[in-house]
Amino acid sequence: MSHVELSNIVKRFPGVTALKGISFDVRDGEFFVLLGPTGAGKTTTLRIIAGLTKQDEGTIRFDGESVDALTPAERDTAFVFQQYSLYPTMTVFDNLAFPLRAPSRRLPEDEIRKRVEVTAEKLRISHLLDRKTAHLSGGEMQRVSIGRAIVREPRIFLMDEPLSNLDAKLREALRVELQHLQKVEGSTTLFVTHDQIEALTMADRIAVLDLGRIRQIGTPEDIYDRPADTFVAQLVGTPRINLFPARRENNHLYIEGSELHLPAPTLDLPERFTLGIRPEDITPSPDGAFAGTLQITEPLGVETILHIRSGERTLQSLIPGMTDLRIGDTVRFDLVQDRLHCFDLDGKRIN
Amino acid sequence: MSVQANAPRLSSQERARRRYLTDRAIVNLFIWPTLILLIAINLFPLFYSLYLGFTDYSAIARQVPVWVGFKNFSDILNDQQMWKYFATTGKYALASVGLQTLLGFALAMLVREKFRGSGLLTTLILIPMMISPVVVGLFWKLMYNPTFGFFNYLLGFTNPSTGPDMLASRFAGKVVPNLALWAVVLVDVWMWSPFVMLLVLSGLKAIPDYLYEAAAIDRASSWFQFWRITLPQVAPLLLIAVLFRTIEAFKAFDLVMGMTGGGPGDQTELIAVNLYRQAFLGQWRTGRASALAYIVLIIIIAVSNLYIRYLNKMRGES
Repeated sequence: MSHVELSNIVKRFPGVTALKGISFDVRDGEFFVLLGPTGAGKTTTLRIIAGLTKQDEGTIRFDGESVDALTPAERDTAFVFQQYSLYPTMTVFDNLAFPLRAPSRRLPEDEIRKRVEVTAEKLRISHLLDRKTAHLSGGEMQRVSIGRAIVREPRIFLMDEPLSNLDAKLREALRVELQHLQKVEGSTTLFVTHDQIEALTMADRIAVLDLGRIRQIGTPEDIYDRPADTFVAQLVGTPRINLFPARRENNHLYIEGSELHLPAPTLDLPERFTLGIRPEDITPSPDGAFAGTLQITEPLGVETILHIRSGERTLQSLIPGMTDLRIGDTVRFDLVQDRLHCFDLDGKRIN
Repeated sequence: MSVQANAPRLSSQERARRRYLTDRAIVNLFIWPTLILLIAINLFPLFYSLYLGFTDYSAIARQVPVWVGFKNFSDILNDQQMWKYFATTGKYALASVGLQTLLGFALAMLVREKFRGSGLLTTLILIPMMISPVVVGLFWKLMYNPTFGFFNYLLGFTNPSTGPDMLASRFAGKVVPNLALWAVVLVDVWMWSPFVMLLVLSGLKAIPDYLYEAAAIDRASSWFQFWRITLPQVAPLLLIAVLFRTIEAFKAFDLVMGMTGGGPGDQTELIAVNLYRQAFLGQWRTGRASALAYIVLIIIIAVSNLYIRYLNKMRGES
């Protein structure tokens, strides 16, 4: 396992600059997640690290040494593709053994057998070893392709949305397994996803990518509690963060288009800014300081989303359990004052 | 049609039924002309020739077919000469299909990657396939001509008496057995390798890139990638190309007729050429020719079956 470092990676495709100077590092043994919407450049970044695509500018270092001139084989990474990418005419065993049988490794056959069996055991696919890959289900195929990555000891695991082709149940199960596996093996992993839940649950650190630029790098707590800008704030968390245009007047914050106002926190706030409130920080209570009309409820079982109308604004509030509030009722609520997020008009966080 | 007489006064129900019947009628109207045509020019000759195969009959004689049972078949199968023609056809099929497959595959690998002018090159390669075989035969007959042909000139033989005369199976005046057959094979390969290329190319384009990328990361050599990824993925289409070409090789007639007419001697007398000779040239032995046609048909069906079985097995596995 090794420390992987990207500095100022630029990649241009005809008509579009996919990466506009990306720098981050994945530490030894770390589970690092690249999070971003479609077209952010996540897969391109991964392919550049693997050596499948060449960057136009910038350097990639493994343990301090540049690998820019090395071929994918020489870089010794393991890549899990979104589309499984199993060799269709071979059995599961042969697929798992494939990387070990490479001429440059020359492992004895009984060593290969042992390693494949251990890997199959870990991923619970031992019973599939003699099957041809074409007859496997999606979950089994993705297990095999993860197996093909972990059967050897690469310097870094590169995973390109490995769970996104699976159905929700399977995705959850495999997510937990992957996380467990990574912690047990202590493997350096770079995991690409557009799913914020995957990112928040699995990552040691997250880099949020958008349009070829990194918006923020940090732990899941950093990303969630201290989003660097409105883009990051909106990307993580369901339901989404409430964002309202707001203004400061006489030490009070006013939300535009609504009756809501509250004493300004002790911040150097500009006159106009964007106020962000996480839905769970809007807490209904009988003697709450604010009031609104209940417009919609979305009961999810463990929690319920309330859409509360105040003036022209609708706030989403997340409460635990179910509610006996009715649509049209007046709801009183409080805001958790020390968890308010303020962003300037360019979207940057104001601290 | 009787419905039409009282067409003006129809209840909506009846009208609906009429429309239903009319749909049927339209379907029949479209299908039957085609079916009649097929029956007249495909099915009838097929069964009539099967019947003729069991008779002594000549199409130009004023005589009704005389039933002779399996005599035609046993005559043909006991005729050493016929076995020789079968052997020649087998040799021809093996050589031309084999070479076409190799060359077609190689061409497909070559134009697989996009480069400047690759589209134009692909089209150029496909041209031989589009020319009529008789025309191709005549062209090559001229090109093979030892005195003014292009072929010898390109090989560096400018003096006709020291160079090969391909279609006469001679080299510098000496007899080289089978040279004429190879000459025909060469033309067939020239003409039909593009067909194999076309099918293989569509197979190659369907192989997803990520398989190669995964293999590259797994440190597989390009040789290994070819054997384990490219070939198995293309194999079904390649096999279809081989099947088509094998069937065609057994039926090969126009090209050979245009170039050698079966000669010199009977060196390029393929079974289809001989069939034509027996049926229409000189002898007009319609009964015997029909029997021979059926023997060829049975061979082709048998060979195709082998291929198809293998193809299905391969598909079942992957």
